[in-house]
Amino acid sequence: MADKKYIDEATGTETVGHEWDGIQELDTPMPRWWLWSLYATIIWGVIYVILYPAWPMVNSATKGVLGWSSRGELHAEMAAVEKERAPILAALASTPLEEIAKDERLMQTAIQGGSAAFKVHCVQCHGSGADGVRMGSGYPNLNDDDWLWGGDLASLEYSIKHGIRNPDHAETRQSQMPAFGEILSGTEINNLTAYIRTISGQQKGEISNATKILFANNCASCHGKDGKGGREFGAPNLTDKIWLYGGDAAAIRTTIEKSRQGVMPRWGGRLDDVTIKMLTLYVHSLGGGEANLAKIVDEDKGKAEAGRAK
Amino acid sequence: MANPASPPVQETQLYAARTGVYPKAVDGFFRRFKWAVMAVTLAIYYITPWIRWDRGPYAPNQAVLVDLANRRFYMFQIEIWPHEFYYVAGLLIMAGIGLFLVTSAVGRAWCGYACPQTVWTDLFQHVERFVEGDRNAQIKLANAPWGIKKAAKRLSKWVIWLFIAFWTGGAWIMYFADAPTLTRDFWAGDAAFVAYGTVGVLTAITFIFGGFLREQVCIYMCPWPRIQTAMLDEKSLIVTYKDWRGEQRGSVKKAEKNPDAFGDCIDCNQCVAVCPTGIDIREGPQIGCITCALCIDACDNVMAQIGRPRGLIDYCTFDDAEVEKSGGQAKPILKTLLRPRTLIYFAIWGSIGLAMLFTLGQRTRLDLAVQHDRNPLYVQLSDGYVRNNYTVKLRNMETRPRQVELYISGLSQAQIWPSEGKRGDYADRLNLTLPANGVTKLRLFIAAPGDGAKQENFNIGTRPLDDDRGGARRGDSDDVIFERPVN
Ligand code: SF4
Ligand code: SF4
Repeated sequence: MADKKYIDEATGTETVGHEWDGIQELDTPMPRWWLWSLYATIIWGVIYVILYPAWPMVNSATKGVLGWSSRGELHAEMAAVEKERAPILAALASTPLEEIAKDERLMQTAIQGGSAAFKVHCVQCHGSGADGVRMGSGYPNLNDDDWLWGGDLASLEYSIKHGIRNPDHAETRQSQMPAFGEILSGTEINNLTAYIRTISGQQKGEISNATKILFANNCASCHGKDGKGGREFGAPNLTDKIWLYGGDAAAIRTTIEKSRQGVMPRWGGRLDDVTIKMLTLYVHSLGGGEANLAKIVDEDKGKAEAGRAK
Repeated sequence: MANPASPPVQETQLYAARTGVYPKAVDGFFRRFKWAVMAVTLAIYYITPWIRWDRGPYAPNQAVLVDLANRRFYMFQIEIWPHEFYYVAGLLIMAGIGLFLVTSAVGRAWCGYACPQTVWTDLFQHVERFVEGDRNAQIKLANAPWGIKKAAKRLSKWVIWLFIAFWTGGAWIMYFADAPTLTRDFWAGDAAFVAYGTVGVLTAITFIFGGFLREQVCIYMCPWPRIQTAMLDEKSLIVTYKDWRGEQRGSVKKAEKNPDAFGDCIDCNQCVAVCPTGIDIREGPQIGCITCALCIDACDNVMAQIGRPRGLIDYCTFDDAEVEKSGGQAKPILKTLLRPRTLIYFAIWGSIGLAMLFTLGQRTRLDLAVQHDRNPLYVQLSDGYVRNNYTVKLRNMETRPRQVELYISGLSQAQIWPSEGKRGDYADRLNLTLPANGVTKLRLFIAAPGDGAKQENFNIGTRPLDDDRGGARRGDSDDVIFERPVN
């Protein structure tokens, strides 16, 4: 390395003194703006270290004089969102379930909030589309028009709040079908199965009087003498096309022999009333909800007037 | 190799500071034409937002309105929705081709007459002359030391400029809201922050660009000159100094003494004095020339005074210049303007315009979009029917509420009902009232017997029930799919 420094002729700048194959390096100073930017970032860095958490210690980092933390920021943001939401949640809490649909904004909030709550608490059993995970699985499809305990707003809210066959809750929906395998003979159960498949239109054929009497004696008290079910006992309609546990002969036979007892937890106590309200409205809106939305009453008057002003 | 004894070398400056341009007032044909263009363009700009246009009670009654909040663009009878933005693209393409057309015919006429930078700079220069006097007085004032008189003149000039600049920014925001309302809100302090911000920025830009940057915008900042000069050819009309006629330059006296040695140019420098970009056209075509033709007016005036024919500086093509140089006659102006290149540009420009007009007339003002719910795909109903759910968007683009019928076809025994309605009240159609000028979103349930094909295609359509006023055609969705469980 040579260390003789020269002034370069063309630029008037000093060289650094190195030379490789006759090529020399100019000692051009950093542009001033560049240097100032560097100094500014250094100063900024020092300020930052003082203001914000920066140096890692054994258990945590230095606190910084501003006392900022990402967790604190999250709490502040959550509090702000909650504060913003409070008025509409209060309005939802104070408006009766049947009246909410009259107010477009309340209704929208309810449906969206209900949809969100559903995705957290309900999809595990009812599926993300609320179609019961799988036909015949024992998890009811909430989109259809078949309701064991009623599909109007009040019934839905009750089911959500108190659950179904919830073991440690007195007000829960309760029903119990006996396991007929211990009561009836195999032939009788087979005859009943055929009878049920006939009244539901799945199979054709003559039913003996004895089987009809068998049904009347054992099943009609809950399912009705024509098999159409009854909501006071949550007894399914045996004549329709919807089968919670499957409608083929084997599934029906198993149901009669062993009985089925699906359980739904109660959400009252775990979810607040407003969330339950929103869930109710959301489930009702899926398409199977039975009438008593204020809006429908209005529209029935106009019958064909389904149009909505924006 | 480095020379140890070399003395420090002066650094080369790449930036030349601006030398003042003080264009002199001039009168003549092109100056008057420029006045007229300025009057028309400024009038269009300032007045347009105040033109009213009755569209009925459901739409704004401003003739030209860019309604960003509601995402509509109104232009007299035409209303453009966001999904029709290709019309704006079409207009931009027309503007581009229009520039090709004009440039290939008459050079940078856009720059010289119609460019906002030119128009406002020109306006500002008139103000400057009004306050400070013409060229010589301006130069004198510029060189004079600061004193009360200079300060007063400068101040009054700037105040008038600022007023014009403010008015310019103010007119701009009127295109984006109802002009009378916005004006009231603006002065009452109730307008949106963006309105004040826009006016502030535009006022500053107009003031700085028109008052101080002027020809520097044209020469250094604007990309158009680069493009435009590339679009000129040897048949385009550009401002030309006819050196074969003007040279050798000399004063009238010298020329009188020795007529054969001197051309028509008497070196009076009037053409340079009036040039708004401060160039000397006698040095030949150059990028600084915006083809404003003020130098033609100036030189024609001089020629008239000394009794020589006009047109020493004139609009002339390269080709004609060659012809004239060798003693021939230039082509008639009409022939220069109407040549294959300009005609082809015009044809393209015109057909885009016609195509846009045609499609404007053909637009449906009722539009339907259907989306099938995917989760769940279908719902089994207790009576054996299967229900599919759909989200339907109906766009009523007319400025009045519409009564329409929504019907389904191609799905036998189908029933349709809105999510708030009750099944059984509706069969295969339902009636809707669509709000004016808006989108209606509906959730629709459609049910059909469960024993059919796994997938079936059918149609959802709309049919206007009210009078079918021009353009109110029905909207049909494309094939909609109906799903059933696999059996
Ligand atoms: S040279 Fe003539 S035409 Fe060109 S900008 Fe100057 S005055 Fe205008
Ligand atoms: S105005 Fe005409 S005569 Fe005077 S200097 Fe310019 S070209 Fe020559």
